[in-house]
Amino acid sequence: MKPAAFDYVRAEHLDEALDVLNREGSDARIIAGGQSLMPMLNMRLAKPRTLIDIMRLPELSRIERKAGTVTVGAGVRQASLLDWPELGQSLRLAAMALPWTGHAQTRSRGTVCGSIAHADPSAELPLVLRALGGEVHLCSARARRRVAAKDFFAGMMATTRADEEMIEAVSFPADQRLCAFREVARRHGDFAIVACAAVATTDGVRLAVGGVADMPTARDFPRLDGSALDDALNAFAYELDARDDVHATARYRRDLVRMIGRDLVREVLQ
Amino acid sequence: MSRLLAGQRHSIHFTLNGRPCAGEAEPRMLLTDFLRHQIGATGTHVGCEHGVCGACTIDIDGKPARACLTLAVQIDGCKVRTVEGLAPSADRLGILQAAFKRNHALQCGFCTAGILMSLDGFLREHPRPDEAAIRDLLTGHLCRCTGYTPIVRAALEAAAEMTDDLSREKSDA
Repeated sequence: MKPAAFDYVRAEHLDEALDVLNREGSDARIIAGGQSLMPMLNMRLAKPRTLIDIMRLPELSRIERKAGTVTVGAGVRQASLLDWPELGQSLRLAAMALPWTGHAQTRSRGTVCGSIAHADPSAELPLVLRALGGEVHLCSARARRRVAAKDFFAGMMATTRADEEMIEAVSFPADQRLCAFREVARRHGDFAIVACAAVATTDGVRLAVGGVADMPTARDFPRLDGSALDDALNAFAYELDARDDVHATARYRRDLVRMIGRDLVREVLQ
Repeated sequence: MSRLLAGQRHSIHFTLNGRPCAGEAEPRMLLTDFLRHQIGATGTHVGCEHGVCGACTIDIDGKPARACLTLAVQIDGCKVRTVEGLAPSADRLGILQAAFKRNHALQCGFCTAGILMSLDGFLREHPRPDEAAIRDLLTGHLCRCTGYTPIVRAALEAAAEMTDDLSREKSDA
């Protein structure tokens, strides 16, 4: 398994990376930590003509907390966010989910934004972004725009990013709301069979599920318990349109959504 | 900005186990193949080539990395450590390697180079790990013949020996 041939561009400024993207569009791909893209290249599921390496741009490697928002630049590695001293106070859900994101040996290279750009439906960071209602900051040679997580993910490894755009950063609302996270995988650090995140809302709870539908999916529930909660979770589990695959059956996935979902909702609402 | 063209070889200068090293690679060449075929450092093993098995784990600028998920051109200017750098001399094993040997923590040895490199970096940052931390680190590696029990035992023994060495150095000073 070796990648197909490509030109390798080492960008020194953001403008250079955007200029190449603008000229080459879908033939060019941004590479940051490479922990999602490199397997795609090795398996030739992706065959870009140009790779643009953005890891030598210092302006992208910042984590900033400002006015209730934590902004994570495109060059921030998952291990760096996990080691960020304010993580526990500012982004509790990310602090819970990051240890499940790959392994120590891949978090040391892989970036937060790279995982979100890859948009694997089982990945933890897209799920966290969706659960918290974060935003993706896109930029191109011509414009900048922000897209809410719910409008960014568009399907299995598909997003609404345009070919000439790259993710400059992602931002998460920082807060102290109660939240909970749980995942079931064949091996700790593998892609989730089902991962769930729950966050308290003003009048109930938001439950987000990864690994079942073709993108992370969230639903807001009012305060429910007992059979009313079970019925609501069952309806949600069926709406996710689970499929059988080599890792698990659709029925097992629905079971996990119902069981983990109930535990997390109760944990957050108690 | 530099553009390294496909189909051409580009020179790469880096530090390998403390010594300056140079080679040439096309942009698409994986670091695993570069180390083994261009540099001749065959201690780094190639398993799954998509980052899952951990056999090719090395150390780049002090952090663990899958060599199969790294391009050779990306290590230009970096400090790379591989399993060849663990032994203090050709006829002696490092503390971690000796603990692996004593505890029968390897049989076929295919996964060993990667596991040693993960543990080497980890024990430097966490000199007193508990078993759970070692097992969590080992989730990033697949061993299909020895099993993890002797590997965990060897890691804990090496950690104890290393901290013992450190405290002895301090008391002698």
